[in-house]
Amino acid sequence: MADTGVMGRAERGAFLEPVLTNNPIGVQVLGICSALAVTTRLDKALVMGLGVIVVTAFANLAVSLVRNYTPNNVRIIMQLAIIASLVIMVDQFLKAYLFEISLELSVFVGRILTNCIVMGRAEGYAMQNPPWISFLDGLGNGLGYTLVLLATALVRELLGAGKIFGLTLLPLVTDGGWYLPNGLMLLAPSAMFIIALLVWALRTWKPELQEKD
Amino acid sequence: MEHYLNLAVRSIFLENMALAFFLGMCSFLACSKKVETAIGLGVAVVFVQVLTVPLNNLILHGLLTEGALAWLHPSLAKIDLNFLAFILFISTIAAATQVVEMAVDRFAPKLYATLGVFLPLIAVNCVILAGSLFMQERDYTFAESVVYGIGSGVGWMLAIIALAGVREKLVYSNVPLGLRGLGITFITAGLMAIGFMIFSGIQL
Amino acid sequence: MQINSTRYTIVFIVVLCVACSLIVAASAVSLRDRQEMNQKLFRQKNVLLAAGLVKPGEKLSDREVMEIFDRNITTRLAVLETGFLLPEDRLDPKTYDQRRARNDPALSRAAPPNAAQVMRVPNYGTVYQVVKDGTIDQVVIPVEGVAMWGTVYGFLAVDKDGTTVRGLTFYDQKETPGLGGEIGNPKWQALWQGRKAFDENWNPKLTVIKGPAGTPADDPHRIDGLSGATITSNGVSRLMAFWLSREGFGPYLRKLREGQG
Repeated sequence: MADTGVMGRAERGAFLEPVLTNNPIGVQVLGICSALAVTTRLDKALVMGLGVIVVTAFANLAVSLVRNYTPNNVRIIMQLAIIASLVIMVDQFLKAYLFEISLELSVFVGRILTNCIVMGRAEGYAMQNPPWISFLDGLGNGLGYTLVLLATALVRELLGAGKIFGLTLLPLVTDGGWYLPNGLMLLAPSAMFIIALLVWALRTWKPELQEKD
Repeated sequence: MEHYLNLAVRSIFLENMALAFFLGMCSFLACSKKVETAIGLGVAVVFVQVLTVPLNNLILHGLLTEGALAWLHPSLAKIDLNFLAFILFISTIAAATQVVEMAVDRFAPKLYATLGVFLPLIAVNCVILAGSLFMQERDYTFAESVVYGIGSGVGWMLAIIALAGVREKLVYSNVPLGLRGLGITFITAGLMAIGFMIFSGIQL
Repeated sequence: MQINSTRYTIVFIVVLCVACSLIVAASAVSLRDRQEMNQKLFRQKNVLLAAGLVKPGEKLSDREVMEIFDRNITTRLAVLETGFLLPEDRLDPKTYDQRRARNDPALSRAAPPNAAQVMRVPNYGTVYQVVKDGTIDQVVIPVEGVAMWGTVYGFLAVDKDGTTVRGLTFYDQKETPGLGGEIGNPKWQALWQGRKAFDENWNPKLTVIKGPAGTPADDPHRIDGLSGATITSNGVSRLMAFWLSREGFGPYLRKLREGQG
């Protein structure tokens, strides 16, 4: 691929870096709150992840488009207004087209608004960069967040309920099978332990990310 | 009276914002290295929470829910503006945070310097917005909103102070390199959360 | 105009707010019909599930749900205090929202202190009559109450004898998945079928106990508890006790038994 243009090196970097090496949850320590409660099931984690991808990418795009016209002292308000509008639209969309999932996700969708990732990228990247690369950065960060979510949800749903996306892989004792589900996996603290292990793995693979104190 | 006491105990211990719902994690993890900082941030969060939850309750019932606008003009009684809740809530939160920030700057400038960027970040602290969203979802009255605001803020404050206490001691332990900092803090918070589950049997 | 001047700032904010509001309002308004339809269908499907007219896990299109509902169910309102059915021209049962009425002082009253923490009781309760061959076969009544993490909402289907349980669903709950959340599990809900809601003196008797209960024939009033979910189980027992009592649908179910429901 060429070094410049629509998907030049800078653009590819903006998109790929946040997926692993600059992962919002594992490295930037952003977006943790919503990661924990929605990872009991893979379908919830996926929908939440998609919601964050959409909001982060389009918020970055919108903020970047308006950045040169925004007075300095209303920066944060502008970002909040754009992010809030996008979050509301995602919520409305869910209630209209994915109703049964929206019942369980509605409190969390509202909280995308305070998801540090969205604000963090809008203020930290989109305010200083052109629209297309900001959009890619938003996509990348959303994707990195979703990957961590899916990895956590995979472990929790499989070990906690014997299922993946609702399909039974380990038949539960209560359904006449042999698998006694790990109750801890269904409780929120397990997400903390799983993410800690993921962070440990990431930092062992990339020692430069370790905290030296 | 018992109802409010029940609500207070529930929101501080049983439904602790930090340890049961894992909200406000970003500043929870970042500002818990020292007990002093944790106390400062905790108190600020309590203030913002106590200001915003009841205020948002008034806005919700005075402006947004269906039929709420009837006090303005009877013909407006059919309007349902619930979908604007997010925007209005976050606006009051941003305003309340600004007020608290100015107060801290005036009355405790050293704390202001220590907290740095995390004071304005209270505005996007999940705990604050979640407090208002729970209030909306559970249909609290004004009095219940006040109690819930105090309780949820105090609960979060207790949790962050406790975590800071543990982390101050962890400095003397031999933590593996990959787990240092973020990793071990997560595990600690997870264990504390399991510990807090003992409260789930309490009912007044 | 200078970007940082006051005038520009005000203009900018106004334009921003108007633009955002328009876009948000447009999406809310255009999707509203679909959302309300979703709500209505979801409720209808759960009424059908409680009545056993639809099997759990059965895949049905929206139109099929509506058809089955319209074909089998007559929606009426019962005056909770007396148990009599409200004449259909007084209030339209189809548009009556029991949850909303519960908070409307004109259509509800404060509940006496009760263990289920029900604060207000609506004056009229929605009853879904399941009609078979021209007569009422069973009725489905809405039940709600505080469990562990919040209020749970469900439907209880009662046979025309006014006491035999035909089915149960809980469609709105925030209990812990795998523990209290099992009240949403069709296998546990099926344990309720065949139990008797009232004893010989017409006192509500359905209780979720700790540990296993016997068959409906041996143990007509008790249902297996959910392990690790004592608070949720107790919550369910209490809400059942309330809604089957004189304060809830008790009088209506008595009238049903006497053939006037």
